[in-house]
Amino acid sequence: MDFTLGERSDIFREEARAFLAEAFTPEVKETMHETGVHHNWDFHKALVEKGWLAPGWPVEYGGQGRDPMEMLAFSEEFQRAGAPTYGVGTTIMVSSILRHLGTEEQKQEFLPRALRGEIIIVLGFTEPESGSDVAAAQTRAVRDGDEWIINGQKMFTTNAQEGDYAFMLTRTNPDVPKHQGLTTFLVPLRQEGVEIQAVRTLSGERTNLTFYNDVRVPDAMRIGEVDGGWDVMTVGLTFERSGAQGGESIRLLEEMEEWVLSAHDDDGNPRREDPDVLARLGKAAAENEVSSLMGRRSAWVHDTGGMPGVEGSMGKLFSSEALTRQSGDFVDLLGADGIRSQGDPSAIQGGAADYAFRFALGATTYGGTSEVQRNIIAQRGLGLPRAK
Amino acid sequence: MDLNPTAEQDQLIDAFSSLYTKESSTERVRAAEPLGFDEELWDHLKEIGALEMAVDESSGGWGATMLDLSLVAEQHGRALGAAPLFESQVALRLLARLGEPAKELLRASLAGEALTTVALHGPTNGSLKMVPAGAIADRVIFLDGDKICVGGTSQRVIIENLGSMPVADVSLGGDVEVISTGAQARDAFEMLFDEWFLLLANALVGIGERSIEIGVDYVKERKAFGVPIGSFQAISHGLADAATAMDGSKLLSREAAWSADVMPERTRELAALAFGFSTESAREASYRALHYHGGYGFMLEYDIQLFFRRAKAWPALYGEPSKSFARAESERLKKIESGV
Ligand SMILES: Cc1cc2nc3c(=O)[nH]c(=O)nc-3n(C[C@H](O)[C@H](O)[C@H](O)COP(=O)(O)OP(=O)(O)OC[C@H]3O[C@@H](n4cnc5c(N)ncnc54)[C@H](O)[C@@H]3O)c2cc1C
Repeated sequence: MDFTLGERSDIFREEARAFLAEAFTPEVKETMHETGVHHNWDFHKALVEKGWLAPGWPVEYGGQGRDPMEMLAFSEEFQRAGAPTYGVGTTIMVSSILRHLGTEEQKQEFLPRALRGEIIIVLGFTEPESGSDVAAAQTRAVRDGDEWIINGQKMFTTNAQEGDYAFMLTRTNPDVPKHQGLTTFLVPLRQEGVEIQAVRTLSGERTNLTFYNDVRVPDAMRIGEVDGGWDVMTVGLTFERSGAQGGESIRLLEEMEEWVLSAHDDDGNPRREDPDVLARLGKAAAENEVSSLMGRRSAWVHDTGGMPGVEGSMGKLFSSEALTRQSGDFVDLLGADGIRSQGDPSAIQGGAADYAFRFALGATTYGGTSEVQRNIIAQRGLGLPRAK
Repeated sequence: MDLNPTAEQDQLIDAFSSLYTKESSTERVRAAEPLGFDEELWDHLKEIGALEMAVDESSGGWGATMLDLSLVAEQHGRALGAAPLFESQVALRLLARLGEPAKELLRASLAGEALTTVALHGPTNGSLKMVPAGAIADRVIFLDGDKICVGGTSQRVIIENLGSMPVADVSLGGDVEVISTGAQARDAFEMLFDEWFLLLANALVGIGERSIEIGVDYVKERKAFGVPIGSFQAISHGLADAATAMDGSKLLSREAAWSADVMPERTRELAALAFGFSTESAREASYRALHYHGGYGFMLEYDIQLFFRRAKAWPALYGEPSKSFARAESERLKKIESGV
């Protein structure tokens, strides 16, 4: 057994750290907090300059051919820093789908632009009436010669305001079982008939409600077969869940540890000498080590030729639930000071606990809720029968 | 990174797992209750080298790594082995670290002439409380302030307990001998705790994983309202959470054991984290598996209660998980302050 990621990963990790120290500037952080947008064009361009939008891709597609263990170390650093990567994340995820399932023309048209950092692609799966049951999408696409006409609404279309295209799940046949009547498209967002409305969230993250009113899309923008959208989604969703885990919790614990080293209680006793305080931080440290090991295991499964299905679900479930527990506990630990908001100059450690307390609830929801992950683990991992 | 055991480690696991299959069935575990000592199992374990493997060649053993010992501990936990494996192994390793003054006791313990255990708590009012294997050991090693001492066990009161472990309160008599003092003694004993944590953490992985297997088998078969109860999310989600936590326990406990040989500067922290985390996860796993048996889980006849009691009792000999979490955190803070 060997728990090290290997020398190549160590070197790449150092490079990632050095890059973050330079490119993830206080200004970028400030803008992120002010706007709630986890995408930043300056930061994005800096990544492009390094050739780091998709370092794990083969060189012929514009990547650097990094192996899954190197990519893991890389994404651990970005996650731990809290860098704005939602835009690049969804763009590269969809580009990966195109690389595997797109036509030659689609690959030539979109992949170079994506890798040059010229376009952002966002995800349009969730709708007002369907989320976990993603295959229940109702946004309608109807064929009209060489084009499709799209009508409907998408919910939580994060980064649509920055985006150029939405990778969209639509209903093309309402008369067959729901999984068999879906088709996916790349829908240009900057065109007539598309309306984007900001949605405010608990942590300040910006997301959107998007409306599509007689939006015309050429058939060349269809990905996969007509009514074959579910196959495309199956590929897409597995890309979504493997990767580093626990970065937010690790950052939060670092803040709490910095705090405890100089904090005193009302009677002037150092808090670091209180066994209860130590135990609560120590428990978080255990959970964080577990989250990070789970992320590493998924990368290792990938590296050794497997598909981290159940492993990815476990990592996503465990790390997001751990963040929820820990952030709640740390707000308690700080007492009344714990609820001073992030951004308030009096907040302890910049309000890290308050922020995580808000942020965690999104993490247990997007990318498949905790209940969806538990269903996957129960059915595919433990072999339990599906709920009726 | 390679999360698979090596070929040699697989052989080791197989050897012990077949021994436990033969010599530690749940019938045997029950038959050894309430004392919790299966002498025949213990003889087999000694025969296969469970004592010798704990110390290296220079001390008369064959020097298995902490990871090897931990993989065996996991099998011991799965089988709820009713034998003083961990107590003996950490005692032997401690004696080996102490060198000359402990040489004779090490020899006698390795040869099986004296069953030597350790006390996890120092003496109070001349008595060692809840000594693991105290009910069957000949000698007990303990820390008294900054002295490591060895005493006899003839003045003992056997304590019936939740985990059916051969535990005793031992009154110290005139035969106490000091074998190490000062910083060396304290350091050696701290390391004993690290090793105790590693073995227990991995044993709890075995207990927890086996509990989940038993629970999963049961809920696939048992029907209520016309369907297998495993199709109710209240049950499947509880098991999914427990299985996830046990998976995490296994990764963490193995990493901690691996670190002892490869990056020992992390072991104190990781061992304590793994012990606390495995304690909580195995308790939860066995609790859920028992509860999902309904009333049958409450019956002594069903095996799950054997696991439920031990998952709680084995780690309790040291103390609650928060104690080891605090120990790990102190270690982390020390490192942060010294800029490591
Ligand atoms: C910050 C944020 C960003 C997001 N970004 C995007 C994005 O960019 N693109 C996009 O398409 N979506 C995005 N989402 C949407 C996200 O994927 C959905 O919110 C999520 O899949 C859940 O769907 P829902 O909100 O409709 O909840 P529902 O599916 O209605 O679920 C409600 C509750 O019921 C539970 N539940 C549902 N089904 C089951 C079941 N079978 N068994 C047990 N319990 C169940 C859920 O776990 C949940 O607790 C984002 C969400 C958030 C919060």
